[in-house]
Amino acid sequence: MSEEQIRSLERQFDEKIARDEKIEPKDWMPEKYRQTHIRQMSQHAHSEIVGMLPEGNWITRAPSLRRKVALLAKVQDEAGHGLYLYSATETLGISREEMYEQLHTGKAKYSSIFNYPTLTWADMGAIGWLVDGAAIINQVPLCNTSYGPYARAMIRVCKEESFHQRQGFEIMLKLANGTPEQKEMAQDALNRWWWPSLMMLGPTDDKSVHTEQSMKWKLKRKTNDELRQQFIDQTVPQADILGLTIPDPDLKWNEERQSYDFGEINWDEFWQVVKGHGPMNKERMKARVGAWERGEWVRDAAMAHAEKKQARKEKQAV
Amino acid sequence: MSTKNWPLWEIFVRSKNGLEHRHCGSLHAADSEMALENARDVYTRRNEGVSIWVVESKHITASNPENNGELFEPAQDKVYRHPTFYDLPDEVKHM
Repeated sequence: MSEEQIRSLERQFDEKIARDEKIEPKDWMPEKYRQTHIRQMSQHAHSEIVGMLPEGNWITRAPSLRRKVALLAKVQDEAGHGLYLYSATETLGISREEMYEQLHTGKAKYSSIFNYPTLTWADMGAIGWLVDGAAIINQVPLCNTSYGPYARAMIRVCKEESFHQRQGFEIMLKLANGTPEQKEMAQDALNRWWWPSLMMLGPTDDKSVHTEQSMKWKLKRKTNDELRQQFIDQTVPQADILGLTIPDPDLKWNEERQSYDFGEINWDEFWQVVKGHGPMNKERMKARVGAWERGEWVRDAAMAHAEKKQARKEKQAV
Repeated sequence: MSTKNWPLWEIFVRSKNGLEHRHCGSLHAADSEMALENARDVYTRRNEGVSIWVVESKHITASNPENNGELFEPAQDKVYRHPTFYDLPDEVKHM
């Protein structure tokens, strides 16, 4: 194809997206579109898979059967959401094996929030309330993104996740209205998860390298700073209902902006965690790679069994 | 006269980009290429689609309705998978 032809295709492609038309797997797309989507969608899938680890850790220690079935259902959903997203990414021409390889060797990233430890039961509440709350703010606009398979996967994910945040908030509500020790536990979890949740929405706009292109492709509908502000404005009144204090002395309602002003985020910490030096990076990868390796004999056995069944069928047919 | 019957194909049509392919019916054809051509004539004469998938029917494994109990009933009592299961005060917004 000549450069002229490619430019013409690119123009048509951009116009299509501007008209809110969807791109489907067999449509022509710029190589950069393909690569960016492979990167973002596989990172999203990895985050669902690694995201099971901090919570899975508490399933056996849930304080009641009600809490246990809810947490189990949530972790189960995360596994499912990882699978929807991996499949959607495969439509762009990367294999599942390649994506696993990228995750397991550390080449691919996942959401930095999962590199923090879950120390008490209240962390299950704080994660559902704050981490899922921030995730929802990120994910809802993706239901309208330009790549068809991603948009369809996100519609399913958002629908199924609608209970995740509520179950977390219910945990926080119970603890916040419980004994002084329980309330303290809830406050401590909020103290530890608040700032990482704000960081989860990504670097500030002036430091975010992909924003402009991603906006054009509708991979993003709002900037990181806008999403962060929305999250804070929604969450502060919820903390008031809980009777808990958000650990930010600079947090203050700004009448003029009709929004909350908030304190400085520790971006050094964010980059440290992204680069692999968070409290749990090594542990998470060890658990993930370990699970994959320990499952190898099961995968092999299933394949051997399928081959045996097939051979038997063929023999009978002769 | 040939005694060999053309195999059956299941046809899936995407009505517009952004929507999934949906099963719309089946037809007989000698191979996948003919199935595509026939599907175009049988199922998209009035602009019903922008993309067609054909799958030979024998490649689809369907669940047996007799097993519906064991397959689908276990989901019925799992009310905690739905947001309404959780008790939140009315004043909590955006959840």
